[in-house]
Amino acid sequence: MSDTVGARLSQVARNGTPGLLALILVLFSLAPFNFPGSAQLVPPLALMAVFHWGIYRPDLLPGPLAFILGLLQDVLSGGPLGMWAAVFLVVLVVTASQRRFFLGKMFVVEWLGFALVVPVVFLANWTIGSIYIGAIVDPGALLVQGLLAIAFYPGLSWLMSIVRRMVGRI
Amino acid sequence: MLLGRFDNAAVERARLGIVDAFAPIMDVVSRPVSAVNALVRDFREVVDLRSEVARLTEENDRLLQWQTVARRLEAENASFRALLSAKTETSSFLIAARVVADAGGPFVRTVLLNAGRRDGVAKGQAVVNANGMVGRIAEVGERAARVLLLSDLNSRVPVVNERSGQRGVLAGDNSEWPQLIFLPNQAQVQPGDRIVTSGHGGLLPPGLPIGVVASTGDGAVRVQPLVDWHRLEFVRVVQYDLQKLDGAADGER
Repeated sequence: MSDTVGARLSQVARNGTPGLLALILVLFSLAPFNFPGSAQLVPPLALMAVFHWGIYRPDLLPGPLAFILGLLQDVLSGGPLGMWAAVFLVVLVVTASQRRFFLGKMFVVEWLGFALVVPVVFLANWTIGSIYIGAIVDPGALLVQGLLAIAFYPGLSWLMSIVRRMVGRI
Repeated sequence: MLLGRFDNAAVERARLGIVDAFAPIMDVVSRPVSAVNALVRDFREVVDLRSEVARLTEENDRLLQWQTVARRLEAENASFRALLSAKTETSSFLIAARVVADAGGPFVRTVLLNAGRRDGVAKGQAVVNANGMVGRIAEVGERAARVLLLSDLNSRVPVVNERSGQRGVLAGDNSEWPQLIFLPNQAQVQPGDRIVTSGHGGLLPPGLPIGVVASTGDGAVRVQPLVDWHRLEFVRVVQYDLQKLDGAADGER
């Protein structure tokens, strides 16, 4: 009896890990880093989580969860409401539909995939943001933010793959 | 998608509810980040110790001279006030708060504070740090508040040029140096002029230091804020004109 309860608890913990990790990344990316331009330049870390889990375990990061995480990012950052929610959802759906292509390939392929997603996401953000504030947003900061996102992806992906193996093994 | 634009009361309440719920968590998450920031700062300070001491000694000499001047002026002011039997300025009360999220991204310039309505924070109040004005309170939850920084596109603050006494409005445009607009024709603005709040509108106390005029070229007057945008950690919310605030609260009930 206790065995099955324990097993179920561990199952819940395992299934909840990717979502919790993405939640921490949302909060962490909004922390006050206090370096010049930090609020504009810290890349959207949760986007990397959405992409990564979309490839390897879309079952553990379902669409509604990605949408809620994006909504949280929107609300806490005070930006256009629904922007990240839509972006996370679309990225998750697109990635999950293409996951067969990525699975079993070298990491570089995954990284290139992310590098293809980032410009599309940031172009969408730039358009939505410009409409939202009613003025053209300086694309420079977005460009640097996007490049930083691509640069940070391998490290974060590596961390998440460790978590993924732990989740899968127990 | 652009739901936030509609200023829907329900959406607004929901937003504030979420911000409220996550403020304590953001507080916890931001602490290790602050610790690392402090460490980096400490390290830099140790490296710059000698030059810093030299700079501070020089500044101290200068400030001592100013202190003498200020004392003399204070006494002079007091005697003039007594002569005119002028009313002293309304008092203001400061609420200390910590920046828990440096939010905003490329579109808005805001930060989240870990103080809200229960601490006495209200919409429109000025937020300052040791250097000068940071921004104004834009949204208030029960225990969290969002500050619209002076640099935000939507920030408008009535200001006055301390040297010439001319009034204007400090308008943010998402760049680090906000612009001075609505100046009278042939306004005499020079680089180096100090800009302070004028107190018009009644919500902000007059005389809060904001910045110095940095450039006057290209038809745009740019003001360099005294606040270092990259070192916002502890701030204070200025609760100004308590009597009026109490009156407004009574009226609501």
